[in-house]
Amino acid sequence: MTRALTLPLSRRSVLAGGAALAATTSLPRFVQAQSAQPIRLGFQLHRTGIGAAYGRWYERTALAALKVVNEAGGISGRPVEILFEDDATDPRRGAEVVEKLATQAGVDLIFGPLFSHVVIGSAPRAAELKIPYLVCSEGYHVASGKLNRWVLQPGITDVRAQVTAMAPWVTQNLGRKVTMIFPDYAFGHDHRDFFSAAVEAQGGEVVARIAIPPTETSFTRYFPRIPRDTEVLYHVMVGPAVLSFVKELGEFYGTGPRPQIFGFIDSLEAVDIASPGLQFLEGSHFWEGQCRMLQPDASDAERFYRAAVGVDDAGAAVEDPRNVSCYGHMFSVWETLFAIKQGMEACNWRGPQDRQAFVEAVEAITDMPAGRERPQGAKVFNARLHQAFGHQFITKLDGGRLVKVHETRIEDSLYDSDVDYTAMPF
Amino acid sequence: MEFGPFLLLALMEGLVGAAVLALTASGLSLVFGVMRVVNVAHGEFFMLGAVAAWFVSQWVPGPPAVAFAVALVVCPLIVAALAALADLAILKRLKHEPEATIVATIGLLYILQQAALTVYGPEARPVPAPFEMRLQLPWFGWSGYKLFVIGAAAAVLLGLWLMLTRTRAGLVMRATQIDRETATAFGIDVTRVHAGTFALGAALAAVAAVLIVPIQQAHYLMGGDPLLLSFIVVIIGGLGSLRGTLLAALLIGLSDGVISTFFQPTLAKIVATLLVALVLVFRPQGLFGARA
Amino acid sequence: MRMLALHLGVLAVLAAAQFLLPAYHHTNAARIMVLAVYAIGYNIAFGYTGLLSLGHALFFAAGMYATGLLVDRGGEPWLALLAGLVAGGAVAGAVGLLALRTAGPAFMIVTLMFAQAFHLAILYWGGFTGGDEGFTLSGAARRLGPLDLADPTTRYFVALALVSVAMLGTLALVRSRLGRVLVAVRENEERTRMLGYDTFRAKLLALMLSGLASGAAGSTYGLMFGYVGGSFAAIQYSILPLIWVLMGGAGTVLGPLLGTALMFYLIDLSSSVTTASQAVVGAALIGLILFAPRGILGTLRERGLRGLP
Repeated sequence: MTRALTLPLSRRSVLAGGAALAATTSLPRFVQAQSAQPIRLGFQLHRTGIGAAYGRWYERTALAALKVVNEAGGISGRPVEILFEDDATDPRRGAEVVEKLATQAGVDLIFGPLFSHVVIGSAPRAAELKIPYLVCSEGYHVASGKLNRWVLQPGITDVRAQVTAMAPWVTQNLGRKVTMIFPDYAFGHDHRDFFSAAVEAQGGEVVARIAIPPTETSFTRYFPRIPRDTEVLYHVMVGPAVLSFVKELGEFYGTGPRPQIFGFIDSLEAVDIASPGLQFLEGSHFWEGQCRMLQPDASDAERFYRAAVGVDDAGAAVEDPRNVSCYGHMFSVWETLFAIKQGMEACNWRGPQDRQAFVEAVEAITDMPAGRERPQGAKVFNARLHQAFGHQFITKLDGGRLVKVHETRIEDSLYDSDVDYTAMPF
Repeated sequence: MEFGPFLLLALMEGLVGAAVLALTASGLSLVFGVMRVVNVAHGEFFMLGAVAAWFVSQWVPGPPAVAFAVALVVCPLIVAALAALADLAILKRLKHEPEATIVATIGLLYILQQAALTVYGPEARPVPAPFEMRLQLPWFGWSGYKLFVIGAAAAVLLGLWLMLTRTRAGLVMRATQIDRETATAFGIDVTRVHAGTFALGAALAAVAAVLIVPIQQAHYLMGGDPLLLSFIVVIIGGLGSLRGTLLAALLIGLSDGVISTFFQPTLAKIVATLLVALVLVFRPQGLFGARA
Repeated sequence: MRMLALHLGVLAVLAAAQFLLPAYHHTNAARIMVLAVYAIGYNIAFGYTGLLSLGHALFFAAGMYATGLLVDRGGEPWLALLAGLVAGGAVAGAVGLLALRTAGPAFMIVTLMFAQAFHLAILYWGGFTGGDEGFTLSGAARRLGPLDLADPTTRYFVALALVSVAMLGTLALVRSRLGRVLVAVRENEERTRMLGYDTFRAKLLALMLSGLASGAAGSTYGLMFGYVGGSFAAIQYSILPLIWVLMGGAGTVLGPLLGTALMFYLIDLSSSVTTASQAVVGAALIGLILFAPRGILGTLRERGLRGLP
């Protein structure tokens, strides 16, 4: 097992880090650190498989957050370690990794996965082992009530909330007749169902829904299905084929009239927006979980986070501008680690015997103010849905830069639900 | 869009798919035919070609066309060398026994994928096309480069056909395919023929990848679909028949382009998949193979 | 007789291991035993009858989904489990009626295509099947009468019972008249037919038994670990039993179990030592096959253990 970081905390480094972060962390507790056993967290990592581009940045973000946490005295004064284990972005291996981290490595809890099928495939085993399982995923599966009491999502909002929050802006500013292009599997279907509903609630209309089969690598043949009266083209393509998609869209429309384009940044995570063939996106809009390119009004917390993870102003690795981050999602790893810290400190974490108390402590969180723990912005934690709700960003590609044009309010993303995890047994 | 232009677009798209598929599949067909092995790593040779093309595009200065030309020559050579090495080091020792070869090439697939992930990374990266030209038809626009892909693939396939029918190397390969023992008796170095065939098969996949990568992009998991499709095409075309392979590629590429244009795409894929199965059920020797 | 004792001995060791294995390996062993049933099923078609299928994920997933969808909608778990077995066998029978008109590479493609169509169908009708995300099974859905499959000990013994039935069943099959006909078909189908055997019927039976075991494995895997998802119907899950069987030794009774365990721990251990674990797995596969081209037990059988069934 890859041991990410074992920190023999020296008193000096703790003090130095602590001083830098005195405002946001519980400095006085570090005194206990001298003799305490480290807290060990397991990280279910998409190191290989289709999620590998995300996995690489999720790992980097986790390590950066870990460093910050440890330099500020760890959790309840105890140093923290993270053990990473590859799940190959596969649900069966995912469940096995939960097993391995929990029973072989003996970690205190597990966090980190993004891909929905891995989350859903691993959740039952986490419940059987009665180990908290904190996911950094955005599918509509935690909030839908499908999972169990041990699964929490305090670091990112689900897709239903995202599209609910943004639909009003899209219909009011880009157009009311929408054509949707989405992959023909669960993630795409979530977009199809919830965005359609949100657009119709705004008095708009989805004029065509074009479902692209999985593993498709060429898209031109689908473009004639886009109705002529389309005002907004809404696209969410996941996977390596997105560049072809955009390029072919550009070739199809050329310089002639084209609808407004609104896309999910999921399509372009880890992809350089200045790549050849992407010029056609100029002037189009994106949803971003967090703005990849540094905005003039960025908070100090965000600048701190960006520097800590090692991301430049354009959203790429500081050491290699060709290595573009998954900036719109990876904040969830950082924020989840800080939510773990908050929950553990609230329940006076001693060890695995406090796992249930930890879940209850996280459920007791409501307000999650912005700050270094939450560089993406403030959130509200809904204990019944086991999920945080936050702000969403709409950016416009302007002169090769993604410029923020709108930020939704937290209230915009809320929806009615009768799911209640707190009523479920452990 | 009206029916006529819609059909035209579908056919043009289908032709591009067919051209690239024909190249990849002919490589698999050669290996299958001459060596009687299922090369599960064939798709990874395709992937390596694309990844190598990306590296070339980063290292070779000047206009994209220069880098592209270099890639078109260098990448297949690198991949071919690697394939020859794999054959001599591994497959030869297994005496090309079909079952052991499947395991060995699966092992090779894992190693090549990991190598690409480690060295190249998990991202999808585009490679600039040698030229940017957009064809504006009255109804829609289309990529001029795609026309070039069709032409280039046709040229390579013609070259392959000439090589197989007009040169000594081709004769030797065909002789080995028909009867390995007699070929040996006539003094043909079967070991060399096998290594050469394996290398040539891999090189064809790499050429296809270099051609397609400006349209798609290089990604370390891109080898799966070309492998499956080529495999289907080779069997549908009739084992060991290069002509059959080409015709089947055309058929599958075009029908895929057309069917998925007019129907619910995923549903169309399901139906097309079942159709391929049924074709084989009622013509197990493939569409163009002789009855065994 | 000695061979029967050997197999019973292996099962006895597995039964005893229940009390010795640390928690982690305990659950792994349960997983491996269920997956080994899948491999044993694959081996009946491939190892003994010579039918190289690339579509067994269809049978595995048919069992998993038949059971999973039924219990998810409140069906009685026992009946759902039975439905999973029937689904595996019946789908294999239906596929066999068509696919067995072909042989060799064409058979590989036909089975592959049927499995691909099923996988796409699962994704396409995601509203009904849960698509690629899949769905989890509740605690109540995983209780077979008094047997709670979420309980580790129960799970272990159910897995052990299943693998015992599958293994001893194969042993009986191999020694039966049908088993000898199957091997004869593998060795020389033409001659077997000339001798008056209905080889089509024999192959169909083999495929159905194979599908039955695969369906049973898929069905129990879903119930035991509480998850049903589209990835189990993907092409990888057709390739996996082929690798397991080839590594352990095609056409041996113990080979599938050995191969499954070996591959499981190969992945598990390599991911512990390096981030480039796939390369380690690949190199190990190549090394193994160079050293033992007929799989471990197959090669051992050639080098002395002649009586190994």
